[in-house]
Amino acid sequence: MKLDYTTFVRSAPGRFIAGKTGLPQPTDLPRYEDRAEPILGPVLVLGTSDETERIAEQLLAWDGDVRRHGDDLDRIGTIVVVLDEIATPTDTSSILRGLPAAYKKMRVGGRIVTISRTADSPEPAVNAARAGVEGFVRTLAKEARKGTTANGIVVDDGVALTESSVIGALRFLLAAKSAFVSGQTLRVSAPGGGLPARWEAPLEGRTALVTGAARGIGASIARTLVRDGAKVIILDVPAAGSALADLANEIGAIPIQMDITAADAGRRIVDELTKRDLVLHVLVHNAGITRDKYYVNMDEERWNSVIDVNIAAQLRINDTLLDSDRVGEEFRLVSLASTSGIAGNAGQANYAYSKSAVMGMVAALAPILAERGGTANAVAPGFIETDMTHRIPPVQREIFRRSNSLKQGGLPVDVAETVSFLSSLPAGGCLGQTLRVCGQNLVGR
Amino acid sequence: MIGELVNHPRRAAILGGNRIPFARAGKAYRNVSNQDMLTAALDGLVARFSLQGELLGDVAAGAVLKHAKDFNLTREAVLGSALDSRTPAIDLQRACATGLDGVALVANKIALGQIEVGIGGGVDSTSDAPIEVSGDLRAILHRANSARTTKDRLKALAAIRPSHLKPSAPSAAEVRTGLNMGQHQALSTERWNVTREEQDEIAFESHRRLAAAYEKGFFDDLMTGYQGLARDENLRESTMEKLASLKPAFGGPEGTMTAGNSTPLSDGASTVLIASEEWAERHGHQPLAYIRDVHTRSVDFTSGADLLSAPAYAAPEMLARNGLTLEDMDFVEIHEAFAATVVMILKAWEDEEFGRNELGLEGAFGTVPRDRLNVYGSSLAAGHPFAATGGRIVATLAKTLYEAGPGKLGLISICAAGGQGTVALLESAR
Repeated sequence: MKLDYTTFVRSAPGRFIAGKTGLPQPTDLPRYEDRAEPILGPVLVLGTSDETERIAEQLLAWDGDVRRHGDDLDRIGTIVVVLDEIATPTDTSSILRGLPAAYKKMRVGGRIVTISRTADSPEPAVNAARAGVEGFVRTLAKEARKGTTANGIVVDDGVALTESSVIGALRFLLAAKSAFVSGQTLRVSAPGGGLPARWEAPLEGRTALVTGAARGIGASIARTLVRDGAKVIILDVPAAGSALADLANEIGAIPIQMDITAADAGRRIVDELTKRDLVLHVLVHNAGITRDKYYVNMDEERWNSVIDVNIAAQLRINDTLLDSDRVGEEFRLVSLASTSGIAGNAGQANYAYSKSAVMGMVAALAPILAERGGTANAVAPGFIETDMTHRIPPVQREIFRRSNSLKQGGLPVDVAETVSFLSSLPAGGCLGQTLRVCGQNLVGR
Repeated sequence: MIGELVNHPRRAAILGGNRIPFARAGKAYRNVSNQDMLTAALDGLVARFSLQGELLGDVAAGAVLKHAKDFNLTREAVLGSALDSRTPAIDLQRACATGLDGVALVANKIALGQIEVGIGGGVDSTSDAPIEVSGDLRAILHRANSARTTKDRLKALAAIRPSHLKPSAPSAAEVRTGLNMGQHQALSTERWNVTREEQDEIAFESHRRLAAAYEKGFFDDLMTGYQGLARDENLRESTMEKLASLKPAFGGPEGTMTAGNSTPLSDGASTVLIASEEWAERHGHQPLAYIRDVHTRSVDFTSGADLLSAPAYAAPEMLARNGLTLEDMDFVEIHEAFAATVVMILKAWEDEEFGRNELGLEGAFGTVPRDRLNVYGSSLAAGHPFAATGGRIVATLAKTLYEAGPGKLGLISICAAGGQGTVALLESAR
């Protein structure tokens, strides 16, 4: 039998021992397949602005059991706090008055989302009021139990809360799709690319390419994009050919075997798209490798190979693709970063460099793509249960799993859901961000 | 009747192919079966052409080395693939021509309007070759199997003696001569005065050209990596010096055939997608080439003919009935069973006497310029999993013709055990 804390602690004796000794008891997080409805009810909406009403109406339109007071409720599934009009830090207390009592009643897998304005006001008091929300949300996420998450949406001045990008972000953070996203703030800086015709298939009519798709997180991304209605092209190295073909046959995707570090990889992708008469709406740079070694012992080969696959190849492919006629409307580029790239990780100097570099790449790409209606963002997974992380020694692996607010590793599908959201039309307001999928890992922001 | 013009009602188009990289015997694919490999080759083709759940007209494939339990090998592979499970399949076998004959069978059905689309191919594992038990042991085991009581069964099994347990390893020997293929070719090699240098040159070019093809990505859409293998395992950097240093493997100490200029034992599988033009158009696929003709004949090697020389007769016959000559061929694929086989066939075609006496021509059949011969390498470099070779060559030549452009013609020549040879004529679909 393999050593697995999560399985043990969910067993009857495990629960007993954990309860007596105060060991962490991770909750089974409901995913989209467990809970497809967009909102876990009842929903408590707090806020005093006019926009609060618009948000409440939106939640009602999604069949939410929406309340403005939580006193007479036994259990609460979702709390949305609208703080868009706060002008001084003292404005918050009246809005948050009912929150502590409601917070105690959260159901398993509950959701808390704040909606506030981006802290870039020249007015010190206003900016202080806005900036404070971030620390508050991160703390709510840390105190949350039973798989409840807390996240914030920060909206730039000039973007109405009724814009599709705000609606899209809200819907994602309230859904079970964001199970492993917690303690994060998602910035919405533009109106966004509209709402999908059908929420059940937000990527309908869109064509996506996923690199490194034969296994693990890449395969999960491909499956999720197909589930969400996209036509998907999956790419991986020739050696992974049969796994790629099997996945292609399972989900009806188009396989391309290619080493993305080949000098002409971009051209060959363009050729393949041309041959099949396709234009690309979504590009997911998922392919990545690790070659871990303490930096003092790291040879050039280890350094170069990681840099080449994880960032240099992406830059080359982007250049060729964006110069071609194979990029469609509302283009979405999503690249996989890592919490290692945010916080650093011993033995991963090359990997951390490449993943920080990815964040830099999307930040600079975003304004370039925005000119043609596109976006570029990154997703930074924390500890995710994959073949790659299963090679970490057991004790270390357990420590990594427990060092986040949800006390467990995430699943590939958690990363995939976030990628799918950033690939969707409403994510048009997310420009150059890195969204973490880490259960609020202790390290980094 | 040989020599009559074949008139196809409609054209069978090759849409593409897929093979798994060929492995050296006992290496990368030592733990997988014929069925595993054929299923993988099918699934890669299905993935590339989005054939998931498609009901095809027929799948014709086979293996030369086949376990008795694999009597329905191709059908089982279809059932294990992502194709519609109602897709029928046939197992066939004509030694090393199996793959090409599988393609021919499907193409003919399409040409006659019996089916719209199908797959031809083949697979072979020398790593998992069947090992037979002795006749005595087989008799005992059958007796034990049909015994009604445990006692009777034990009694039957008690008859086993150590001498019964000696397995009969599979042999590549011709039943009627007792000589294996290499020994046969060694006789021909000597008769045709094929030199060591001529053979090593063929082997060297095979590796060089196959490596170059991989380099330019030629196989990207013809192959699906398998068991961690992304290239043919046999392919290596070689030099004429290295090849010249190898010891003879056939023909005694003075022999010229070595492990370098003879095909290695290999494992692998290949498939080819063939369809009517209407089907291709309806499914948005551009044909690569059309199969204009296929022809098989044999030679009587029991009376002294060269065992692997049948294609030297088959190709001239096929071209003649199509009103074509060797000079009309833009590409020629001669399967490199042994480098000496290729040289022998080329010499036969260049030989005036052979042309007059054996082919009934006025002179020599013709010369194949080396730059038209096996342009992306062949069996010596890629390996030769017997029944998988035909599909490899058909798909390679079809793509070569397509890239070369309109009106280009290509000839395939494959020799097979039993003194047989199958040849095919392909025409660019662009």
